[in-house]
Amino acid sequence: MNQAEKEQYLREYALLKNEGKPFFPYAVAKDALMAVIVMIVIMLLSLFYGAELGPAVNPTTTTYVPRPDWYFYFLFELLRVMRNAPKLTDMATLGVPTLCMLGLFLLPLYDRSPERLITRRPVALAAGLATITCMAYLTYTGANTGSPNQVVLPVPPGLTQSQRSTFLAGEIIVGESGCEGCHQIGSYGNNGPGPKLTHIGTILRPGAIASTLKDPIAPMPSFASLAQHSPKEFKQLVEFLSMLQ
Amino acid sequence: MALTGSRGSAPPPSREAEPMTKTELATEASLTVVDWIDERAQLSQGLRWMMFRKVPKGINWAYTLGSATMIAFLNQAVTGVFLAMYYRPSVTGGAYASIRYINDDVPLGQFVHGMHKWGASVMIVLIFLHMGRVFFFGAYKYPRELTWIIGVVLLILTLVMGFTGYLLPFDQRSYWATIVGVNINNTAPFIGPYLGDFLRAGPEFGATTLSRFYAIHMMLVPGLMAALIGLHLYLVAKLGISAPPWLKAQEPEVAIEKVEV
Repeated sequence: MNQAEKEQYLREYALLKNEGKPFFPYAVAKDALMAVIVMIVIMLLSLFYGAELGPAVNPTTTTYVPRPDWYFYFLFELLRVMRNAPKLTDMATLGVPTLCMLGLFLLPLYDRSPERLITRRPVALAAGLATITCMAYLTYTGANTGSPNQVVLPVPPGLTQSQRSTFLAGEIIVGESGCEGCHQIGSYGNNGPGPKLTHIGTILRPGAIASTLKDPIAPMPSFASLAQHSPKEFKQLVEFLSMLQ
Repeated sequence: MALTGSRGSAPPPSREAEPMTKTELATEASLTVVDWIDERAQLSQGLRWMMFRKVPKGINWAYTLGSATMIAFLNQAVTGVFLAMYYRPSVTGGAYASIRYINDDVPLGQFVHGMHKWGASVMIVLIFLHMGRVFFFGAYKYPRELTWIIGVVLLILTLVMGFTGYLLPFDQRSYWATIVGVNINNTAPFIGPYLGDFLRAGPEFGATTLSRFYAIHMMLVPGLMAALIGLHLYLVAKLGISAPPWLKAQEPEVAIEKVEV
């Protein structure tokens, strides 16, 4: 805005202000009613949903799935989406939000047009709607996708009922064991440093899979203790992996 | 005294002689106190300026979102004070146990805890709605650029509050989410490792991490936010609430006596 536009705006605004009403009581009344509504909503949320406390901290668990509060879901989802391109992960988690914040912060400095009516600001309208859509979409998918450790693969056809349940149980064990930290399974997990497990069943026989799990090549952790403490889960894990063909 | 002359020579009925009722006495006393304070602090002028300024015509309900956000902030402040009366930032079970105590044993404890927890969500929603209103109404433009910039800082600080507050109950969820959150900060270019160390109070997540989050959550950021909200409000009052962009002023037939911005 140049000087003339600024003066034009101030004059226009002074006229509109002069036609207006005093802040007290007219605006204050609306604000007060809104305040009452806000407090009622907060109290109702507290009454209906409370503030439940989860289990106490156990830093030694490896299977706990971290979840942020809902308003960070978009960030969480961005991280998940960008994991497919490891080089971009840092950009996604801090670069993109930082750029967005910077864009917001400096908005009045780069948008200097005097036009205020949104229907005559097509760029602002498009950018605003795009931002809202992206945030809403990321929040929605972030809320609905499972944990970053979760694996959900299509169940291979032609399995018996018990094989089917083994397959589903195996998915959970793989997720809890954090296999996708180093292995890619279908569209899940990181490609490397471990080999892809998408078709591991065609490469190794069940016996070989079991012995690799018990006595792996470093840096892969050994699953010998799983075999010792819960042989059933270990068996399910081996059978699940051999079904990946 | 010339006025009394018209009533004749009879002395005016003296009200002083009648004993004052209790209400009158109380009113008189409080007025004296107010006058005494105002004679020294001269607050009434500022209050009058704040309350009786005009708001432009066409103001609608969308304009209440800012004050609604502030109400949510005040709710966080008040409920936070009550939670702080019982909370102990100790990683060796103290933090978790104190929240358990608040939830299970303190009268209305879970209600107040819930108001704090859900108040945070409500505040986030309101702050985004308020920002959307200001954005789509073009209200961040001249002369209100600085108000907008302070508002964005307030948004960032609100998110910092959400992040630091999430750790405090110290259950599994808050612990692991914070570990991930700090690790994300850690990967930031250049300042990342320093930011991570600052948040963890060292290279590892340890006993002092919780007290650090607690101090940030209940002293550093709220203080900053209160100051910035004050500045934000001052600018709003000083510059005037923006008019809805679809309204055009009618050229006045009479000259405006007072042009005020």
